[in-house]
Amino acid sequence: MNMSRLLYIQRRATNLVTMAFAVLAMGVGLFWLSWLLWTLFSSGMPAIQVSVFTQITPPPGSNGGLLNAIVGSVILTLGGVLLGAPIGVLAGTYLAEFGRDSRLAATVRFISDVLLSAPSIIIGVFVYEIVVRRSGHFSAWAGIGALAIIVLPVVVRTSEDMLRLVPNTMREAAAALGAPQWKVTLMIVYRAARAGILTGILLSVARISGETAPLLFTALNNQFWSTSLDQPIANLPAVIFQFAMSPYEDWHRLAWAGALIITLGVLLLNILARSVLRPPRFSA
Amino acid sequence: MVDGIFRFLTRAAAGLTFLIVMGVLLALALGAYPALHKFGIGFISSSQWNPVTQEFGAAPAIVGTLITSFLALLLAVPLSFGITVFINELTPPWLKRPAAIAIELLAAIPSIIYGMWGLFVFAPWFAEHAQPWLTEHSAGWPLLGMLFDGPPMGIGMFSAGLILAIMITPFITAIWREVFALVPAVLKESAYGLGATTWEVIWKVVLPYTRAGVIGGIMLGLGRALGETMAVTFVIGNAHDISPSLFMPGATISSTLANEFTEAVGDMYLSSLFAIGLILFIITFIVLGAARLLLSRLRAKSLQSAAA
Repeated sequence: MNMSRLLYIQRRATNLVTMAFAVLAMGVGLFWLSWLLWTLFSSGMPAIQVSVFTQITPPPGSNGGLLNAIVGSVILTLGGVLLGAPIGVLAGTYLAEFGRDSRLAATVRFISDVLLSAPSIIIGVFVYEIVVRRSGHFSAWAGIGALAIIVLPVVVRTSEDMLRLVPNTMREAAAALGAPQWKVTLMIVYRAARAGILTGILLSVARISGETAPLLFTALNNQFWSTSLDQPIANLPAVIFQFAMSPYEDWHRLAWAGALIITLGVLLLNILARSVLRPPRFSA
Repeated sequence: MVDGIFRFLTRAAAGLTFLIVMGVLLALALGAYPALHKFGIGFISSSQWNPVTQEFGAAPAIVGTLITSFLALLLAVPLSFGITVFINELTPPWLKRPAAIAIELLAAIPSIIYGMWGLFVFAPWFAEHAQPWLTEHSAGWPLLGMLFDGPPMGIGMFSAGLILAIMITPFITAIWREVFALVPAVLKESAYGLGATTWEVIWKVVLPYTRAGVIGGIMLGLGRALGETMAVTFVIGNAHDISPSLFMPGATISSTLANEFTEAVGDMYLSSLFAIGLILFIITFIVLGAARLLLSRLRAKSLQSAAA
């Protein structure tokens, strides 16, 4: 009787301690998140002025803004998505509609999942080797190529998942009406999975808009105004890196402004992807 | 006809994904060849990294990468476990979604932001408040005294590992939440029905069932930590030394690439950078590949039991 009571208390105590640890862990997570966000807002907000959006990056000691970097980032991100997303959707279509369980499909699925978490700086080194070294100079094109490679696996995965959610009865119904497979895929399956595929693309935009490492030796940076895709181009992450690592106080302030802009942009895209475009639910 | 073209296009896109990864491997190997040819297998074990004499060895960067990543795992695994248990088992339903989103936000914040925060906020705080205390209280202890010895600079291997831990926690948590949800409800309910506590259900029912997935989640976190670049570059100090103290500056493969690639003068310098890139790619490929295999094995198992 005494023994079993002791055992009972011991079990309850273990449970209490471990559950308290779980609460503590969540608290630690929230603590870091709020510390990060608080720093970002308290240092970034005072640095946001109109000039940040109207002037280009200054030499140390003079006034300026981030206009060229913001525009450059938008160009690179849009370019990366426009190049990477269509290939990703097509590859996802192959995995979900044609390849299914074939050996090629299984291999591509595996490789794409590995690419999803592969170090992005390696992608930069790769693009440097095949584009920058061949052409002899850094360029926005190289940056776009590197970002497209990062977009690709994100879109492949989400597209395949979303296409697989479309019930087979819809495909069969269309096929029974005499539609060839490409028509079934384009007009029935894509239409049904549209919201989900768009969500994946938006998430990939969020992912690449903060990417720094693959741009360091592809798009490089540019302290002047340039929108030429054949030239090095300014971009927010590279400017933040350069300015934050510098010893100049006014560069630091601009770096914080840039950091706040990027983070708000990324968070906004995440919220948009999650809430506005919910993946569709089918009653199978 | 059109059918054939469409099918071919999708197949080509899928094949391209495969070719890109093979291309990365090939390009890195070609770029690395001169250095690997000259330094041989000694490249991995040599701790020389001297652009002036054009002598290069990868040991400091490899050791730095491994130490920071394992430190990150050491901190992130218990943290992620606690958070997963909290969100999956403890919270009332209305709190689940906000709690999960808060943790996912940690993953959405770009790594360069972690780097800036680490350099400007965390490192000064750490150097002033935590480091002297740790150094003082660990002095005299056999292993800890050595690990926590050094000037309080704020930056170094320890700071890098700690920031990496915060960055990979949301990834491990996301995988574990998904994996824990695969446990058939009947299994958990029968354990609760026998009077098991929440902890006993997690430790004796959930964990044994999801073992492959739990390890897969850890491997995925490790893969992330190994390749993470910007956050580490800001706080590690970029020194090619192997030091027993975690408070000393070091270098990782990715921070070396970020810092030195555009400034590398001379073919052998550049080729050595390609070589450490190749080493990093191969290590992460193996780690991430193993993670995927473990996770897909668990999914197959839960599909089977769902069908039965």
